[in-house]
Amino acid sequence: MTILETNSLSIWYGEKQAINNVSVKIAKHKVMAIIGPSGCGKSTLLRTFNRMNDFVPDMRVQGEVLFQGKDIFSRKIDPVEIRRRIGMVFQRPNPFPKSVRANIVWGPKVNGYTGDMNELVESSLKRAALWDEVKDRLDDSALNLSGGQQQRLCIARAIAMQPEIILMDEPCSALDPRATSRIEDLIGELRSSYTIVIVTHNMQQAARVSNELLFFYDGELIESGETKKIFTNPAKARTQDYITGRFG
Amino acid sequence: MSAHLTLELDLVRKKLLDLWGLSEQSVRKAGISLQNLDEQQAKEVIKLDHQIDLLEVEIEEDCLKILALYQPVAIDLRLVIATLKINNDLERIGDLGVNIAERALYLSQQPPTPVPFDFEHMWQLSLDMVARSLDAFVRLDLNLAKQVCEDDDEVDAINMSMYDKVYEGIRKNPDQMESLIHYLSVSRHLERIADYATNISEDVIYMVEGKIVRHHHEEYLARK
Repeated sequence: MTILETNSLSIWYGEKQAINNVSVKIAKHKVMAIIGPSGCGKSTLLRTFNRMNDFVPDMRVQGEVLFQGKDIFSRKIDPVEIRRRIGMVFQRPNPFPKSVRANIVWGPKVNGYTGDMNELVESSLKRAALWDEVKDRLDDSALNLSGGQQQRLCIARAIAMQPEIILMDEPCSALDPRATSRIEDLIGELRSSYTIVIVTHNMQQAARVSNELLFFYDGELIESGETKKIFTNPAKARTQDYITGRFG
Repeated sequence: MSAHLTLELDLVRKKLLDLWGLSEQSVRKAGISLQNLDEQQAKEVIKLDHQIDLLEVEIEEDCLKILALYQPVAIDLRLVIATLKINNDLERIGDLGVNIAERALYLSQQPPTPVPFDFEHMWQLSLDMVARSLDAFVRLDLNLAKQVCEDDDEVDAINMSMYDKVYEGIRKNPDQMESLIHYLSVSRHLERIADYATNISEDVIYMVEGKIVRHHHEEYLARK
């Protein structure tokens, strides 16, 4: 079942076109990886999915982005609500300079969550595979955690908002191999409950964690399909050249 | 990284072509040894096998190194996988060359027995299939690979007809039974060589097209 799709989506920053007539469908409870060389438009597309690009001056959108069939750029849609339902994890872990607990409860509190906060903290941290490591120091500063733990805290913070989709923009690029492996395992566990869209420069990571793949080049979608198919037998020569490291 | 991988792939590819040459040589010399009941040629085939075994292990180690160090994908991955499989099949072809040479050694010690089948034709056909599978690999030639797969039927048919011929030969000349059974084995070895050439051609098809046609290449050939 498709949860998110774009129809003939084009995006400009001023005169520069970042995305050119892209139509994609993202299936529910799958991991979709977006790959492509720097500047190909993959982060632009990711940020468009929860309207993070609204803050970029001169940004212009043409075409549609449908979340559960509804256009997220419609005037009737509240972008804050979109960002609650479509969470985001960034390249560098960016916990609030507060306690571990405060990082989790802040978003739900602001959004009027009335349930049991302790339960929410525990379930979010458990889902992010961080609970066992921090359960005895929930009131310590999040900044005392390791880089990998901070990134999992950011994932837990996104999960606490009970999103349907989690967007990840190179979530492991600042992490060591062990922390990267924890996040990759976590992505595998999370996909039974959430849809994940991940931008990554690490080809092997895209191969390991995703079910589906989008390959972008110069703002255009060159190839999309099953990850295992693209990594063994891509249909387009440009995809093959990129994933085998012959260009880009 | 890509330049290093390209270099490693080129090197292993060259080694595979060397192995191909040795295996082909093994079948050629084995055939000559049987045709002329030439002990010298037969012993050369047995000696050649040691070289083939060493090279096979070296190629496998190279492929494992490439997989571990470079994690190749797409055409590079298919080349490494095809190389691993072809490597194994070429080594087996070398073993079958030895088996034929051993029959030649045995037969050279026996009183002359008329060869119960068109050995020359079957041998040349099998040898040709091995050679053409190599050409298909080098030229990435799908049509040639498909032709090799198709030619396997003819070798199979010759081998099938051997049973009747050997049975008839034993009935007429029971004293030649042992020699005739050795010829039957030779026919089976040649048939196996043709099978390996077919497997290799299927691996070439996989390498070029990314399609696994093993077990149903008849369907694949019919579609094409």
